[in-house]
Amino acid sequence: MSLLKSFFLLVGLMVCAASEPSFAQSGPEALRPLINGLAEGKYAETEKQIGALVATGDPAVAPALEALGEGDLYVRKSDGAVFIATKAGKGYALTDPLTLEQAGEAGRRDVSKIKVNNKLRRVLRSALGSLTLMAADPQVRMAAAEAIFKARDPDGIEALDAALAAETDDGVRKVMEEARAAAVLNSDLDEPQKLDAVQTLSVMGNRDALSLLIGVQSSAGGAVRDAATQAVTRIQKSIAAWDAAQNIWYGLSLGSVLLLAAIGLAITFGVMGVINMAHGEMVMIGAYVTFVVQELIRTSAPGLFDYSLFIALPLAFLTSGVIGVAIERGVIRWLYGRPLETLLATWGISLMLQQAVRSIFGPTNQEVGNPDWMSGAFEIGQMTITYNRMWIIVFAMLVFAGLMLVLKKTPFGLYTRAVTQNRRMAASMGIRTPWVDAMTFGLGSGIAGIAGVALSQIDNVSPNLGQGYIIDSFMVVVFGGVGNLWGTLVGAMTLGIVNKFLEPYAGAVLGKIFVLVFIILFIQKRPRGLFALKGRAVEA
Amino acid sequence: MKKTFTKLALAGLLASTLIGGASAQEDTIKVGILHSLSGTMAISETTLKDAMLMLIEEQNKKGGLLGKQLEAVVVDPASDWPLFAEKARELIEVNGVDAVFGCWTSVSRKSVLPVFEELNSLLFYPVQYEGEESQRNVFYTGAAPNQQAIPAVDYLMNEEGVERWVLAGTDYVYPRTTNKILEAYLKAKGVAEEDIMINYTPFGHSDWQTIVSDIKTFGSAGKKTAVVSTINGDANVPFYKELGNAGIKAEDIPVVAFSVGEEELAGLDTAPLVGHLAAWNYFQSADTDANAEFIDTWQAYTGDDNRVTNDPMEAHFIGFNMWVEAVKKAGTTDPDAVIDAIVGVSVPNLTGGYSAMMPNHHITKPVLIGEIQDDGQFETVWETSGLVVGDAWSDYLDGSKDLISDWRAPLSCGNFNTATGKCGGSGS
Repeated sequence: MSLLKSFFLLVGLMVCAASEPSFAQSGPEALRPLINGLAEGKYAETEKQIGALVATGDPAVAPALEALGEGDLYVRKSDGAVFIATKAGKGYALTDPLTLEQAGEAGRRDVSKIKVNNKLRRVLRSALGSLTLMAADPQVRMAAAEAIFKARDPDGIEALDAALAAETDDGVRKVMEEARAAAVLNSDLDEPQKLDAVQTLSVMGNRDALSLLIGVQSSAGGAVRDAATQAVTRIQKSIAAWDAAQNIWYGLSLGSVLLLAAIGLAITFGVMGVINMAHGEMVMIGAYVTFVVQELIRTSAPGLFDYSLFIALPLAFLTSGVIGVAIERGVIRWLYGRPLETLLATWGISLMLQQAVRSIFGPTNQEVGNPDWMSGAFEIGQMTITYNRMWIIVFAMLVFAGLMLVLKKTPFGLYTRAVTQNRRMAASMGIRTPWVDAMTFGLGSGIAGIAGVALSQIDNVSPNLGQGYIIDSFMVVVFGGVGNLWGTLVGAMTLGIVNKFLEPYAGAVLGKIFVLVFIILFIQKRPRGLFALKGRAVEA
Repeated sequence: MKKTFTKLALAGLLASTLIGGASAQEDTIKVGILHSLSGTMAISETTLKDAMLMLIEEQNKKGGLLGKQLEAVVVDPASDWPLFAEKARELIEVNGVDAVFGCWTSVSRKSVLPVFEELNSLLFYPVQYEGEESQRNVFYTGAAPNQQAIPAVDYLMNEEGVERWVLAGTDYVYPRTTNKILEAYLKAKGVAEEDIMINYTPFGHSDWQTIVSDIKTFGSAGKKTAVVSTINGDANVPFYKELGNAGIKAEDIPVVAFSVGEEELAGLDTAPLVGHLAAWNYFQSADTDANAEFIDTWQAYTGDDNRVTNDPMEAHFIGFNMWVEAVKKAGTTDPDAVIDAIVGVSVPNLTGGYSAMMPNHHITKPVLIGEIQDDGQFETVWETSGLVVGDAWSDYLDGSKDLISDWRAPLSCGNFNTATGKCGGSGS
């Protein structure tokens, strides 16, 4: 219980420390041997040393422990002194772990990192949790409470009680109560207390609570066990309902990816009737444009990183669009009306583009970073929604709406539709059909390019990126109905949702096969897809 | 580099069309490199081609072999499995190479096996694989399951206290066989059926939402859960991105991967992945002089200070040096003489020890477990105390328990059945 006693000391100290930051119980020099001790021996010794540091109860050790968890704590080989090190040029800039003052620099080979593994990270997480439970920042307190929840350490109960008494923020209080319940269930307290704890967790109702309660179910006895069983059944029921919602969300998300990949093809194949096997490579080029933009930003203007995708969008559109126009002018226009030759020629172009990218950028994956607003997740009920998927759904809808506008409301869209529906009539009305062909193909390719910007956020950017999407894209366009954008939208979303509902039962491999079989049967029944359209594609 | 390759390819073409089989002039020793430079596998195999060219160049700087210079012959099997067999035949029959270094996927290896047997040449195969094979003309310098998968599972069981297991893999022969072995091993260790979840995904799978959420659900059953991943190459980046975004932390549900190395991580922001694990026989972070020298040579050769090294590269390093030693020992590059000479040859590896060629044509290696760091490197958190001998036939599968492999006379058999006392128990 010495830990607890010191903990209260610490709590008191932290209250003082808030008003008098320079105050420390034993002075930094008394702690230094303990800190330097972190570097001695293997993981087991480091773990003991962390325990000793926490036992001092001095908040001054928190920065060192935090740095240790993040792998920033280094030991100087010459004298065994421990520092917080950050990369600076070829070596490291050192910071004193106790006074947090600059402590000079060191070469790459002069210092060595103090290793941590997952076990130590867990120990550190709960140690820091107990050290920072009374911190001034509510978010830090929240993180501390979450850490204690995960650690389920019965020793934390009294500290939590103290923290709860002082807590003013309702959100943090709730997490603290949950953490306390988790700790109580893991302790040898009496039954009423445990029943309360089960109740708290039952209200919490998420997977973490479920995991804990299942554990209680198998270890506890009597009334606690019955209460836990009830709570488990209840939570499982609510999670099952949320799972259905989650599946729909996953389906929409997969559908939006399919839509993005297919929507450019819906123009080149759907509207123009060109079987464009190089469509996937347009997507790939868009992703590489994102990579290049991010590289440039990283080297010249790191502050703009969060905007990199917005900068990449027009550039990707232009790059892929220009390449598309070049392909149309150079190759495809000689092949109109000869679908087999078009297929082979564009297939060849796709291989050439892949190899070109491979020669320029190398065959390995390129790192495209997620801006902050694209990382992480939030929860609605028991549903986890990741930001990148959410923004991609939004983005796919915007692209779709934009494209609809262009086709329906602009003169260019009018020309395109006219040429599609009746080329000779359009030509006699004075429309330059070759120019419209080139621009339409360029538009389709450009849209594929901006799809690449979005896909670079969830997939790997390699020369093979496009190959993974070409078959799915054709599937969506054919299923939705050649020549109809609404068909593409409905087709993509249907396939996405069907796929996601099949996957939990059939597995990813069989699920894909079922979808394919379903489309084949569907095409037998309705050869022109969901929404059939009359036009050149039909006549050809 | 690119130019040399083009030249070599042209030279190969000329040799085959104009001079035909008579091109084998005896002033150089030819070494074949059979790695895909285009198609889906180019992402992994191109690096190995470069590594081999570097090793050959370094050997030539040291004076070549048997007083002759080495000459690399590069062909491109284009990730097309039947083409591997054709290109292997071309290397041996037309170009007259004395040894071939190559292949990545198991299916490409299976495709070239008959060619090497028929033409009696040598293949050094550098990638971790599923085992259940031992062939006289093939040397397996990558890890067998007992040099990678089994120690990794042991580590999770003993150090992390894992009780529930997700075996996730890409749907092809290596993950399927490895998972079969692991499942048998886990059950032998007393893990219940309902505590094992097996999941396969197609090649290049990019939508991991359902599976990641399944893993989360599976992990919330009150027992410590871990994921053993045999997910291949391309599919890993979206998998890890989804893991990171879904907030699955290594401290809670660690993922140990058998196909994710420094190269794969190069396309990822690894900050959310710190602590997830990989099991290999080599990490770039290995702190030895031999490794530092190897990395420096490699980065100088590629002209890229950030170029990473990986485990299959080390396997080629070991395999190439073994071949060189065996040729020196035999005094000739004749395949039969080299096959006899190479068993027992021991060369330094890059992790500070020596690797030896065993009679079953597998090698001894240390097994390392590494945790992903935020700089895209691995940090070794555990390693075997000694070297582990590659086991061609798993001890945990019914069909292969009784089989051993020993290519020394008088046994000279890749699948000797100790129960029946006959060569040719089952398998190849």
